[in-house]
Amino acid sequence: MVNPETWFEGVWWSDYVLPTGTIVFFILCIVLPLLISVAYLTLAERKVIGWMQLRKGPNVVGPFGLLQPFADGAKLFLKETIIPAGSSRFLFIFAPMLTFILSLVAWAVIPFDAGWVLADINVGILYLFAISSLGVYGIIIAGWASNSKYAFLGALRSAAQMVSYEVSMGFVIVSVLLIVGSLNLSDIVEKQKTVWFFIPMFPMFVIFFISALAETNRAPFDLPEAEAELVSGYNVEYSAMTFALFFLGEYANMILMSGMTAVLFLGGWLPPVDIAPFNLIPGVIWFALKIAFVLFCFLWVRATFPRYRYDQLMRLGWKVFLPFTLFWVVATAGVLVAFDWLPK
Amino acid sequence: MEDLLSEYFAILVFLGIAVGLSVVMIVASMIVARQHPDSEKLSAYECGFEAFDDARSRFDVRFYLVTLLFIIFDLEVAFLFPWAVSLGKIGLFGFWSMVVFLGILTIGFVYEWRKGALEWE
Amino acid sequence: MVVQALAFYLFAAVTVACGVMVITARNPVHAVLFLILAFFNAAGLFVLQGAEFLAMILVIVYVGAVAVLFLFVVMMLDVNFAELRAGFAKYLPIGAVISLILLVELVLLGAGWAFNSETAVIASSPTPPAADVHNTEALGMLLYTKYVYLFQGAGMILLVAMVGAIVLTHRVRAGVKRQRIGDQVARSSKDEVKVVKVQTGSGI
Repeated sequence: MVNPETWFEGVWWSDYVLPTGTIVFFILCIVLPLLISVAYLTLAERKVIGWMQLRKGPNVVGPFGLLQPFADGAKLFLKETIIPAGSSRFLFIFAPMLTFILSLVAWAVIPFDAGWVLADINVGILYLFAISSLGVYGIIIAGWASNSKYAFLGALRSAAQMVSYEVSMGFVIVSVLLIVGSLNLSDIVEKQKTVWFFIPMFPMFVIFFISALAETNRAPFDLPEAEAELVSGYNVEYSAMTFALFFLGEYANMILMSGMTAVLFLGGWLPPVDIAPFNLIPGVIWFALKIAFVLFCFLWVRATFPRYRYDQLMRLGWKVFLPFTLFWVVATAGVLVAFDWLPK
Repeated sequence: MEDLLSEYFAILVFLGIAVGLSVVMIVASMIVARQHPDSEKLSAYECGFEAFDDARSRFDVRFYLVTLLFIIFDLEVAFLFPWAVSLGKIGLFGFWSMVVFLGILTIGFVYEWRKGALEWE
Repeated sequence: MVVQALAFYLFAAVTVACGVMVITARNPVHAVLFLILAFFNAAGLFVLQGAEFLAMILVIVYVGAVAVLFLFVVMMLDVNFAELRAGFAKYLPIGAVISLILLVELVLLGAGWAFNSETAVIASSPTPPAADVHNTEALGMLLYTKYVYLFQGAGMILLVAMVGAIVLTHRVRAGVKRQRIGDQVARSSKDEVKVVKVQTGSGI
């Protein structure tokens, strides 16, 4: 007979409550910095593009406009949530939630430093690929649930665009996996101790970056929200917090894509060279710096390039990236087999 | 096995927290902010026009073709994942087996290209 | 272990409930969304069995690709579902026959497994622990060598699907102007630009 009191104290506490509590703590350690980074990414975007166009960017709210994101957030929070009359109410509210949730849960498998990973699963990269392939749902559901022509058209364009670039993204990931021989993200980073993958796989790095732009619907691939034709596309009917969740989700996705680029090609948490001043800095800082660099490139591209036309975008995805990445996968495998460099 | 599941348990908890967070954000905003809906405000935005008809209508068949082709290539990628991981063990035979597989699909890809299915007009 | 059992019952119950909702939902879009939820829970069940790779592929292929097409079709094809529902009684016998065949197949499969003399051998042969050979790798070691013909067969099926998709949906429209990037790049300024010396006031 089990004594109920000791059972509670012993098993219940140490087996369930304590581990779950630790997990919740770790999750908060990921989510809160992430949300703050999203807030400052929006500010950084406006500042960087402002400087590139010889403007100042936001500089009124707080010193150097540092409180601007919070002012924006509070404004959106206090606005009225409009749910259009002809819409499907539940799906209309569900769509931004889905986008936001997906952009958060993907971070569960990202390694921030050696061993600093919430869920060190064996199929980490597949998990990320799966989550990014679900991103399209938030947009399609939003477009359909709004029951508005612009929203619907934007959602359609976006869905076709995202699936087109996902294929080449898959091939790029496979070509990296060939060298690593494991689907675990920490293994992928560890394998880059000798050389970061963007050096031997430079074309794949570029293609991955461009596909990431297309996947996150960023300029020059921001056709789903092309202001001039679609008045911001799938989220035209959204207001207040529902819009804010889309916004947060999209920017968190940008950070996630930068994180994936850093893990796959820029050596994750590894310092550039493994000597004294560099390897004393904690890995998580290196990781953050690499993410910041890729994010800067996202903003830089937005300030530099005009928007693609839809037929050109499809052509680039299907007729340039797809055959090239497919060829590269076979070529990489061929070289690895021929020289017997494969991971055993 | 237990280790494996404990890693996934963390993901499940994360999912729960993310869902909770998003629900709280939307509901709190709805409670805090004033809600004054009226019929003009709730009509679909069409640059000032009244909406002509229901927005959910037939669309260009090209969108279906794109998704169909995507499914096929996605499956191809799905076949590549285990191959990439185990290529070191299955060696030359595994390599050529995949080359033949990709060769068959390249025939299909060339066919698409020649038929103009990849063009967007 | 308790959590594992709870998770199993949760996923299983939601899967079954979603399955019921898929066939009873009035709105076809809702039906597809329930189908997606069912796929998710099935993926959860796979994870509980330790089949991580299958779980992820289920999400990538079925949820990320196949269900997108389903959703496209029900959202945009403008099928009159009220009319379809009216024909429900007409198709009931065919539906019943198909489900009967499926049932027989499942029973045969189960029976074959139960009565097969090799089952005991397969079941008792030790599976390498998940820590040594990860199941993605295990799959890779068999699929491309031992089951190479089936693998190539899958390739053939994909080829047929690709050709079929184009034959069924591709329409060539007349009078469409396309951008020909090759031609654009191949143009040289010598052929296209003529420098003319114009006298003031004389015109060309």
